[in-house]
Amino acid sequence: MSQGILERVKKVTVEELGVKEEEVVEAASFTEDLGADSLDVVELVMAFEDEFSIEIPDDEVGEIKTVGDAVSYISKKSAA
Amino acid sequence: MSDRPQPSGRVVITGVGAVTPLGTGVDVFWPRMLAGESGVAPITLLDASEYTTRIAAEVKDFNPEDWLDRKEARRIDRFIALAVAGAAMAIEDSGFKPSEQEKDDVGVLIGSGIGGLTYLGEQHRRQIEGGPGKVSPFLVPYMIPDMASGYVSILNGFRGPNTCVVTACATGANAIGDAYHIIKRGDATAMIAGGTEAPINELGLGGFCAARAMSNRNDDPDHASRPFDKERDGFVIGEGSAVFVMEDYALAKARGAKIYGEVVGYGMSGDAYHITQPSPDASGATRALKMAIRQSGLRHDQIGYINAHGTSTYYNDKLETLAIKNVLGEQAYKTPVSSTKSMIGHTLGAAGAIEALVCLLTMRDGIIPPTINYEIPDPECDLDYVPNVARKARVDYTASNSFGFGGHNVTLILSRGE
Repeated sequence: MSQGILERVKKVTVEELGVKEEEVVEAASFTEDLGADSLDVVELVMAFEDEFSIEIPDDEVGEIKTVGDAVSYISKKSAA
Repeated sequence: MSDRPQPSGRVVITGVGAVTPLGTGVDVFWPRMLAGESGVAPITLLDASEYTTRIAAEVKDFNPEDWLDRKEARRIDRFIALAVAGAAMAIEDSGFKPSEQEKDDVGVLIGSGIGGLTYLGEQHRRQIEGGPGKVSPFLVPYMIPDMASGYVSILNGFRGPNTCVVTACATGANAIGDAYHIIKRGDATAMIAGGTEAPINELGLGGFCAARAMSNRNDDPDHASRPFDKERDGFVIGEGSAVFVMEDYALAKARGAKIYGEVVGYGMSGDAYHITQPSPDASGATRALKMAIRQSGLRHDQIGYINAHGTSTYYNDKLETLAIKNVLGEQAYKTPVSSTKSMIGHTLGAAGAIEALVCLLTMRDGIIPPTINYEIPDPECDLDYVPNVARKARVDYTASNSFGFGGHNVTLILSRGE
């Protein structure tokens, strides 16, 4: 399950941030390592919402700093 | 501000770039324009099957990824991407390489008549379908017309005056004229100036269809834009950009820059008549042309070419003809006047800049581009419109008219380079 989520998170991140797939590792921070600014992060979170058909409330966006954070957040949400 | 010499009071154009429906880059579009080709075709940027007008002058060879990084190229509104490309070509062409300190005195003024209407339309749909949480954070920055100037300044580090002009279809001419004033009064040593527009989207097409302003010659796109012809039935919407590097004359000379031409007159007026129709006595256009000629100090017979606004609407072409006769009198009949919109359609906020570029190239190469699709004379349009075939002529001064919804009238007069 979470392997499938990682692949989809990678795909969305590559698309939204225009980065190379090999850069999108679990430890990578969206802002520090993948060049996202604050607007990019909002756009990326919206793309995750669309991809996984979930809602990510504004006050929970702060939990998603790395690729791995996104995968665990989405796994948790999808399981709920 | 850096320590710099007194302004010379003269402003020249030292680099040019353009993206047009006849191609990206001056070397691509200019020969095609001189050959009298049409850039008008069925619309491909959207499904236009339900619109009364289904043709446009689209830019066919433009890929934003050639000019922007992948992330930005994917999402940015087309009007900004077109401006970035035009500016990059102009800067490259000019050989202008200011130092970090000199960049404090280099500004950007690239106007757009409408701004990011494609992005606005897409995001509005997202909000209607998904609620406010679905609107992109890039809606505001990609929609606002000043972002072309903002973006070009960020990419190039130009930190001088940074602004925008929005005067509908007079935008591109106003941008060049306003940049000329900024340099002339010494507020910048150089400006990156021009116009950009990308209006071929659902809202743009819907709005202009509703205004009944466009040609409905859907089955014959090549012949749809026919300025001054008796059977003209409206303009053909187009997209593109043209951007200039403009510099203080003395500084341009000192660095040995190639000089395309000089701005010698910038006339402006308002119709104060109607939101979309020109005043019936052409008084607004007349006053703009008169003001520009007065500033230039030229005799009427020195103006060797007029690039008309020439939209191919009934009223524009008739009243622009009247304005030229009002100002030039008998000389009007001896002055070649052409509308290059016959080939590239009406690029709205980019038009004035593209047409100023056409004037510079006309003077450089000694050849006047034609008005194509001129077949049936209209007694109300009785000037020399350079029908259908380009014409060799030495031209030392040109005038270019641009008029916009809201009653904005602009005439730019340019002189040939050295």
